[in-house]
Amino acid sequence: MIGGPLDTGTGDRVADIAIVGAGLVGAALALGCARRGASVVLCDAGEDRFHASAGNFGLVWVQGKGQSAPAYARLSRRSANGWADFARSLGDRHGAPDYAGGGGIKIALSEAELESYTTALARMHNQPDPTDNDTRLIDAHELRELVPAVGPEALGGTFCPHDGHADPLGTLHALHRALARHPRVRVVRARIERAVADGRVAPFVLEHREGRVRASRVVLAAGHGATALAPGLGLDARVRPQRGQIVVTERVPPFLPLACHSVRQSADGTVLLGDSKEDVDFDDGTTPPALHAILSRAVRCFPRLARVRVARSWGALRVLSPDGLPIYQDSTRVPGASLVTCHSGVTLAAAHAGEVADAIVDERLGERYPSFSPARFGSSVAAA
Amino acid sequence: MSGVWRRLDGAAASVDVTVDGRAVKAFADETVATLLLRLGLDHFGPHPKGDAALAPYCLMGTCFGCLCTIDDRPGSQACLEPVIDGLEIVTGDGAPSAEASA
Repeated sequence: MIGGPLDTGTGDRVADIAIVGAGLVGAALALGCARRGASVVLCDAGEDRFHASAGNFGLVWVQGKGQSAPAYARLSRRSANGWADFARSLGDRHGAPDYAGGGGIKIALSEAELESYTTALARMHNQPDPTDNDTRLIDAHELRELVPAVGPEALGGTFCPHDGHADPLGTLHALHRALARHPRVRVVRARIERAVADGRVAPFVLEHREGRVRASRVVLAAGHGATALAPGLGLDARVRPQRGQIVVTERVPPFLPLACHSVRQSADGTVLLGDSKEDVDFDDGTTPPALHAILSRAVRCFPRLARVRVARSWGALRVLSPDGLPIYQDSTRVPGASLVTCHSGVTLAAAHAGEVADAIVDERLGERYPSFSPARFGSSVAAA
Repeated sequence: MSGVWRRLDGAAASVDVTVDGRAVKAFADETVATLLLRLGLDHFGPHPKGDAALAPYCLMGTCFGCLCTIDDRPGSQACLEPVIDGLEIVTGDGAPSAEASA
């Protein structure tokens, strides 16, 4: 079905696949589909304030993911292991986005924390396939060998060799540069206000203020922006916002060789500190108590941070499904419409540009990822 | 005054400071960062990422590109410090807060 034209003479944009949402998820999918030969129109509503990709912390993170969902742990691990190649594939005259693998650590600051990490690890190791998780406990001695800058309160932690971190904004911009260069991609800078299937050859019509996009298939990948369009396409975008507050410091000389879950040092030398988990609906502000908790924990992990100045802080809204796992769905009521939404747009970016885009091009998204069907939530709001 | 920076209202420089040990006249209403830019300084310190040099970018306290030592305080943000008589400014180290590099 792929290989169709990108434009007609009517002023409509016409493509094999229209992707609604140009954040990390939509942009990675668009590039992956185009690399497979599909013509793609990517609909970019711009960076509104609830645009999750603009507020990301930047972890490429596997440990702790999918404790009762091995498929999610495996997808995260495949994506993390593909990240170095993914970042390289985005290299251009501006360079490739910053990515550092080599593993990640979650630091325990008390016996109680260490015990809760131990319990969580035991749960993961009880999964049917023990290779699904190679996160392991590390003691205080090994922690200090891996990250000498930790303070005396650090008792140990967990280490996962697949973890790493990346520059999320740099990645988003690199994706958009790659899309702008790609001959099979057009970007429409408009918010899609209505999406309908009208039963013609290119059945999907996406309307925006200045015109229309027609496509054989449509993929909603707009995070919180997908909820309004989903029901009309028979899709179940049951996501809610969860706020995370993040602090970034001035540049300091490199002291942190590995990402430490809520503390990571960027290639530029700035240190990112996170991250709260707050259910506050669509409020992306910052609050003194959450920032205090973030900063005090960071200083307990790395006492040297006490004298480092904060450059700025912000709040951003995660896109969370009821169980935190991605939702990948092919609509049964409106064939040709699909949904891709997840919380970990950075971690899964390599998979989205690779195997998930392949599944979309092959029209096998729902079939290849049955664990991520919204059917797991019970009765579908979209079918109601 | 050298370089591209030019005072439009013709006011006289009246504040006495030292930059790297040299006596310099500054305008009463400027910051250390604008003074150093007017003097032609183009290397405020090394960038942690590589061999690039840091320089003021935002001039509003956000980019930390203008760090220098002001009255023995290393890592001072020059763009946030108004000049005052007797200020001693040392450039070139771009040193962040001492504890961070310890």
